[in-house]
Amino acid sequence: MQTVVSQTSPPQKSFLYDPKVRGIFYQVVLVAAIVFLFYVAATNAIENLQRAKIASGFGFLNNTAGFDISQTLIQFSAAGGTYGDAFIVGLLNTLLVSVIGIFFTTILGFTIGIARLSKNWMVAKVAMVYVEVLRNIPLLVQLLFWYIAVLGTLPQPRNSLEMGAGFYLNSRGLFMAKPLYASDAWVLLAALVIGLVGTFVYRHWARKQQEQTGRQYPVGKVTLALVLGLPILTWIVLALVGANPISFELPRKGTFNLTGGMQILPEFVALLLGLVTYTAAFIAEVVRAGILAVSKGQSEAAGSLGLTPGQTLRLVVIPQAMRVIVPPLTSQYLNLTKNSSLAVAIGYPDLVQVFMGTVLNQTGQAIEVVVITMGVYLTISLLTSFIMNVYNRRVAIVER
Amino acid sequence: MSTAVDMPRFVRAKQVDALPPPNLARGPIAWVRENLFSGPFNTILTLVVFYLLYVTVPPLVKFLFIDAVWSGSDRAACRADSGGSEAGACWAFIFDKINYFIYGSYTISERWRVNIFFALLAIGVAWLLWLKAPRRDLGAVYFFWIFPVLSYILLTGGNADLGARFWLGFAIFAALVIALFAFAAAILKTSMRPALIMGGGIVAVIGITLALVDIDFGLAHVPTSLWGGILVTLLVATVGIVVSLPFGIVLALGRRSKLPIVRMASVIFIEFVRGVPLITVLIMANTMLPLFLPGDITVDRLLRPLIGTALFASAYMAEVVRGGLQAMPKGQYEGAMSLGLNYPQMMTLIILPQALRIVIPGIVNTFIGLFKDTSLVAIVGIFDLVKTIEASRIDPAWAAPTIGITGYAFAALFYFVFCFGMSRYSLGVERRLAAGQKR
Repeated sequence: MQTVVSQTSPPQKSFLYDPKVRGIFYQVVLVAAIVFLFYVAATNAIENLQRAKIASGFGFLNNTAGFDISQTLIQFSAAGGTYGDAFIVGLLNTLLVSVIGIFFTTILGFTIGIARLSKNWMVAKVAMVYVEVLRNIPLLVQLLFWYIAVLGTLPQPRNSLEMGAGFYLNSRGLFMAKPLYASDAWVLLAALVIGLVGTFVYRHWARKQQEQTGRQYPVGKVTLALVLGLPILTWIVLALVGANPISFELPRKGTFNLTGGMQILPEFVALLLGLVTYTAAFIAEVVRAGILAVSKGQSEAAGSLGLTPGQTLRLVVIPQAMRVIVPPLTSQYLNLTKNSSLAVAIGYPDLVQVFMGTVLNQTGQAIEVVVITMGVYLTISLLTSFIMNVYNRRVAIVER
Repeated sequence: MSTAVDMPRFVRAKQVDALPPPNLARGPIAWVRENLFSGPFNTILTLVVFYLLYVTVPPLVKFLFIDAVWSGSDRAACRADSGGSEAGACWAFIFDKINYFIYGSYTISERWRVNIFFALLAIGVAWLLWLKAPRRDLGAVYFFWIFPVLSYILLTGGNADLGARFWLGFAIFAALVIALFAFAAAILKTSMRPALIMGGGIVAVIGITLALVDIDFGLAHVPTSLWGGILVTLLVATVGIVVSLPFGIVLALGRRSKLPIVRMASVIFIEFVRGVPLITVLIMANTMLPLFLPGDITVDRLLRPLIGTALFASAYMAEVVRGGLQAMPKGQYEGAMSLGLNYPQMMTLIILPQALRIVIPGIVNTFIGLFKDTSLVAIVGIFDLVKTIEASRIDPAWAAPTIGITGYAFAALFYFVFCFGMSRYSLGVERRLAAGQKR
């Protein structure tokens, strides 16, 4: 048998079999389909808007809103506020609950995550039950539970629960003393800033010293003294010379209502409680995974170098665990921010409730409102992941 | 060799007393000491936890079980002023409303159809999730084609009454599709048979689906506005998974594609959807979908959030599938290509079966998230379980102080049972897959 393969000219291939040609063909088809889809949607939208006599464009942002918002961080009134102002109010409320939520959920999440790894059987099991229960129930149900089932049982204002130190609790929320800043309050702020800057400089110096001489300086105590001690000392000194930088306005109990003081809406409390406890369950798992990812040899090596368990945790385990923890932690922070939009279910005036709810219903300008709202969340998402990526790059392993 | 001489001469003459036996190294007491009271800090922690449990658990048990009201036909049972007990949960309320929570306002005489839907769903899920089930490929066909069509007919009543003109149009469409495939085969100079089989197959699948929907099975029509409760919750979740898995795979392949425009389109879609909250997507579907369609077409109010959740879940599913695709060693791709397989063959025969298998836990986790997120459709006015509870809670016949908390406790229990079950399943699969990797 002879199987001679005669090497003649390469087989005539149709250009249709060229992967490049095919790639271009597929992409042209895709682009055509997308363009067609957008074209149909746009023409229909224009036609529908004309029929419904809805003006398009962003001019509505300058129109008077004509509704009140229960919690405003900036000046806003039904008579004077525009839709644009309402947008800013909603955005600020979203940011407020997100930032405070992220702060508390980090603390709670790390605590529970570490508790899950505790050698204490009881602590570990309780933490596990917490995580499993909170993770497997929808946030919306939890929010409604906090809002209606827990905060809904609070007494009427006239029977407010008195919690001492100017704190009152009733169905209209939590009332507390409101700080009033006198004109010389800036001195306190200056003291705080000096304390922070001083801490930063001191820590830098302490690290340099340790790298050069090996001596360690008490960083924690000095930080505490500078950040907390300095403003308090300034306050005492100011009080001694007769100035009173901060005074507190206590809520007073009237016949029907509490007047004065600072009011925290029950919606805000419910939303914050729900977001913090829910996200903490996820963060706990992230933290647990991160700590478990640090191999046992690391802590054993640290122990053989003579580090105490506390030092091992602080100097060896946590810095390495953070590398694993940061990326998923970022997405949990983003989830919390996005989940804050569930505020609409319990009536906390966040961006979605104010803008996508009330403003959308009043103006009917669905496209503009949806685009703006989604744009805000997208920006927050991209910005947060950018910042976290920068941090991540700092803590990542530096290889040669 | 003088070590023996240099050594101090000491030979013990008396037996040393034995050390006392270790103070219980085993048994429950030792376990408690070791795990709960091993040091002062641990002891304090244990005591604190015990105190926390003492504060929370007994009142909870008391509320949910001991003081709870189990029977009654209206609010009187759960109100103190009418002789009932209002210290505990009002389970009588749940028992009274359970049909509403399961079926919503679905026509009572037709509720057997919903039960069949639940049974079909259970069969499909078990077939796909039970890794040793026979013919799981048929299971996929069942879950992604037969089951949705059957469910649609069962739940709405089918009998779409498409009319002769529609079928004429479909015949033209079918001829066009087959002609297109034949034309492609002709200019590519490949054999005609597979092209015709493929074109005919596509036409047949669409045609059979449409025919089934068109046939009058004698089922009464039930408008979607009557659907509610657990039916809608499971429906949204099912549509989410049925749509998001195939669409997510397509998006993931698109994101890994070498073609720049395909890749860019996938990335933009995925990152956009993942960057915004689901509730904004739902509101968008609710308000903008009618705008984008011609004025005479109205989109069913239930269909809008279904589209929203399905698109939303697809983006998350795409990222999970991408993880699986990236985990495939490059040799698998190269091996497939060296065998002369083309791209669809390589993906369907070599890469996807392996990639999807390793991301089963991720898919299930995404599905848990989707299942929890279905509760958000309540915000856009769809009567899912949460919304039916909301509606029943304010029913004056059941106006009692503990109604709200009981209703949400029921919802929490329902979601917990499903989600916890799924998470256990995904843990089990993870362990099984890991076992195969162990050396």
